[in-house]
Amino acid sequence: MTKATAAIVGPGNIGTDLLAKLQASENVEVRWMIGVDPESDGLARARARGVETSHEGVDWLLAQDELPDLVFEATSAYAHRANAPRFEEAGIQAIDLTPAAIGPFVCPPVNLDVNVSAMNVNMITCGGQATIPIVSAVSSIVPVEYAEIVASISSRSAGPGTRANIDEFTETTSRAIEVVGKATRGKAIIILNPVEPPMIMRDTVFCSIPADCDHDAIAASIHDMVARVQEYVPGYTLRADPQFDDPREIWNGHARVAVFLEVLGAGDYLPTYAGNLDIITAAAARVGDLMALAKTGATA
Amino acid sequence: MTTVSDIVVEEPTKDSIRITDSTLRDGSHAMAHRFSEEQVRSIVHALDMSGVEVIEVTHGDGLGGSSFNYGFSLVDDIKLVAAAVDEAKRARIAVLMLPGLGTVRDLKQAHAAGASVARIATHCTEADVSRQHFKAARELGMETVGFLMLSHRATPSKLAEQARIMVDAGAECVYVVDSAGAMILGDAQERVQSVINEIGRDAQVGFHGHQNLSMGVANSVLAYQAGARQVDGALLALGAGAGNSPTEVLAATFEKLGVPTGVDVQAALAAAEEIVRPMVPRIPRMDRSSIVQGYAGVYSSFLLHAERAGERYGVPAHEILQRVGAAGYVGGQEDMIIDIALQIAQERDMGDLAAAGVR
Repeated sequence: MTKATAAIVGPGNIGTDLLAKLQASENVEVRWMIGVDPESDGLARARARGVETSHEGVDWLLAQDELPDLVFEATSAYAHRANAPRFEEAGIQAIDLTPAAIGPFVCPPVNLDVNVSAMNVNMITCGGQATIPIVSAVSSIVPVEYAEIVASISSRSAGPGTRANIDEFTETTSRAIEVVGKATRGKAIIILNPVEPPMIMRDTVFCSIPADCDHDAIAASIHDMVARVQEYVPGYTLRADPQFDDPREIWNGHARVAVFLEVLGAGDYLPTYAGNLDIITAAAARVGDLMALAKTGATA
Repeated sequence: MTTVSDIVVEEPTKDSIRITDSTLRDGSHAMAHRFSEEQVRSIVHALDMSGVEVIEVTHGDGLGGSSFNYGFSLVDDIKLVAAAVDEAKRARIAVLMLPGLGTVRDLKQAHAAGASVARIATHCTEADVSRQHFKAARELGMETVGFLMLSHRATPSKLAEQARIMVDAGAECVYVVDSAGAMILGDAQERVQSVINEIGRDAQVGFHGHQNLSMGVANSVLAYQAGARQVDGALLALGAGAGNSPTEVLAATFEKLGVPTGVDVQAALAAAEEIVRPMVPRIPRMDRSSIVQGYAGVYSSFLLHAERAGERYGVPAHEILQRVGAAGYVGGQEDMIIDIALQIAQERDMGDLAAAGVR
């Protein structure tokens, strides 16, 4: 079967981990790794993995005779805003791992099916990828007036970009909880913990639920969703069964379900505790895989 | 010839210390974030009359803290800030915010409601997440204070390096914050000293103490002696864990030391006794759980959450807190309290099964 071709723009930690994941794909072949620094370690790592590299940026990529079907952008929001229209003009589908959010937010088990032919999709945030499937699992059974997520990550796995603009994480994730997770109102919280040895990514999802509803149906939907995320993030697990709390006046008379998750990374390139980075590269690889399948399936 | 009577002996004037009162912020933890607007007004009025210059008013976890994880506020923060601003004749109103929870947008709303002091709090090793908030606060024309939480978890030199990051980002004062009430005397003084050595005259240094091991006031005095010029207190010690250094005790102690605070001791005592005491369902105290917090270095705000989880899952709160300390959880990770309670409950079930001979 013909594989779709792909380029990764941005040879940092995320780009390198993504390359490792995509090299295991049956549907995507990464042909190019693109950077801007000839001395880049990431480009050297990609060459060692048998991928053609260039430090002359997207200009070089778009000047080639053969263009990729897919491009994964793991640079910055600023760079992607400049690159996105050029990819679209060249007919390349873009999977955006930056906070630029030009295309629709995508979380694979929730809404990839409707976005599989979009020219540009955005991978939200690490916390969003870890928690929105659960919000969606609950909101598919009962109305969720309010959903709140708490993402705890190791300080070591929070890069300078995240640290310089942490509001972008909370605001983007909150919005995606509403748009993709289908909660009427969303709130996101991120905590950096410096403990050594580093803590594995943890996520807690709280959803308001009606005072009277079928807890078993909600729990079954959550378990089912966890299994679907495990298809591309094997280390995605529930720490305990979903916890149901009785209605309270301060919760506008709603009851609550709380879900406690752990995200252990695959350790492809990044350390396993950095489940936050792993889940976003794994989700991006999953999107690429299914986009490729849609493309090759359509032309077959 | 000079006679003894000609010599005017001048007491060397001591530097003053500014007491920021946090009854309406740290105290919000002890009130499960249920302050009413009337209560805020009467406490602000009393503090203002007693001469307190800065009064902090926010959900215990800062702007945006109203949530499942930390507890929902009875009244919206911004409404309470506006009421406090309206009530205060001289005092200025401060707000707390934790990057990762609150945002610049929240800060702007608080500023629009009249708050003029922005206190930006991070875990003691994560100061660099506060840069965008200091920048925004300065652009709004707010006075800026940095808060290095759980300072006992960083060495004095690490803390100094983190304080420098905040000062460079725009903090006009950086606090050594003993969120767990875990510092014993020298622990506090060395950290304050180290921060002062690093930032010199670029910014002031402050100290925020808790009473879990009954060191709040003593540590505050040592912080002053090392050069800190701002300290936090709360009337009746109303705050997380065993509570904060009581504002009225700080005022009395510094007065006896000849250190001007601008706070009238009698008025502060009256405020604590007559205004705050009648409205508090449970006065913070050193009990098994809060002492364990100081002893194990656990974020003080975890106390009521641990008690609630303990009740819900039938495990002792102090055992949960001990485990939280061992895991090294930081401020904001209240969700992990439920996680730990579930774990302990599960271990007990397994233990019961094992005791019954089940394999």
